[in-house]
Amino acid sequence: MMQRIECLRAIHHRLEDCLVVTIMGAVAAELQSVGHRSNFFYLQHAMGLASSTGLGLALCLPEQRVVVFDGDGSILMNLGGFTTLARYRPKKLVHVIFDNESLLSVGGFPTATATGSDLAALARAAGIPKAQTVHTAEEFKTSFDEAMNGDELACIVAKVEAAGPKGYVTELSLLENRFQFRRHIQKITGK
Amino acid sequence: MPVSLSNSQIVYDALKKCGIGLVSALPETWLVHLIRMAEDDPEMILVRLAKEEEAVGISAGAHFAGTKSAMLMQNHGFLASINGIVSFAQLYRIPLLMVISYRGHFGERDPWQTQGGLATEPLLRALGIPYSFLDDPNTVEKRIAHAQTLAASSLHPAAVLLTRDLMWEE
Repeated sequence: MMQRIECLRAIHHRLEDCLVVTIMGAVAAELQSVGHRSNFFYLQHAMGLASSTGLGLALCLPEQRVVVFDGDGSILMNLGGFTTLARYRPKKLVHVIFDNESLLSVGGFPTATATGSDLAALARAAGIPKAQTVHTAEEFKTSFDEAMNGDELACIVAKVEAAGPKGYVTELSLLENRFQFRRHIQKITGK
Repeated sequence: MPVSLSNSQIVYDALKKCGIGLVSALPETWLVHLIRMAEDDPEMILVRLAKEEEAVGISAGAHFAGTKSAMLMQNHGFLASINGIVSFAQLYRIPLLMVISYRGHFGERDPWQTQGGLATEPLLRALGIPYSFLDDPNTVEKRIAHAQTLAASSLHPAAVLLTRDLMWEE
């Protein structure tokens, strides 16, 4: 089965010019292990709000490419926000949802995607123009590249193994990351 | 509708005057005119929410982007946002300007609003969120500006409570 970190490695080089927002846990730790950049913000709590943060960024900076790395547990906590995202469908936002069908960092208990809830179908039904499910790193890379080159809100649901790093706490402090991210945006936009 | 149009305009103008460029909102009776004003304002980004907690993420994104924002919400929406306020805005020092309609307080006739009314101020205090009341059209502009200034300088949420005295005419 596809590993999350394989996906991250496959597309890391494309994240240089984007604003990236991730959820907590394995996604944040693995992206940092692949390589942190000042344009990455890791939301290490407030489950569900990474996608809303991406929307706020995209609405205020419509010229910037925004990438959100979400998870099944997180998006299921904010399905209302999924419809808000669909409502405004920012053209340059790419919403990746790593779906490991579980709440991995808190014991691996299954989420509703383990019993058939289909996040790509939910995305389409919410009104997101482009949504698909991928199962291999190759497919992931292709659909990510396509979404990044495209000009409409895209949602990619990547089915990944419920496996992650040993620990989730990293060297980067939350506030350091937050101020670095803000300064990065200030520098590139002058706002 | 006995929601004060003129006082809503004073509130809206005060938000504009302190540079607010994005408002997020979930409709509620007292906010109707404010939301319409945001709708009609080509310079304002209005984000219509499904639930108020989303607004914390949206305001954080706006802050990172260098845009000042305000959250228009009922006090029950504030209750629904508390995890986001604590584990995003307070954890990451994100300024929030919360404009909260204070339902369920003196004069409230809707029984369903009353419990939330009782909980509002104790919860604001418990979270350490400074707040002031918008109860007089003559002080609205100053109090909103002061709340915005404090939110921005402290990198912390600050709230203004829209009261019945200001919002309701009958």
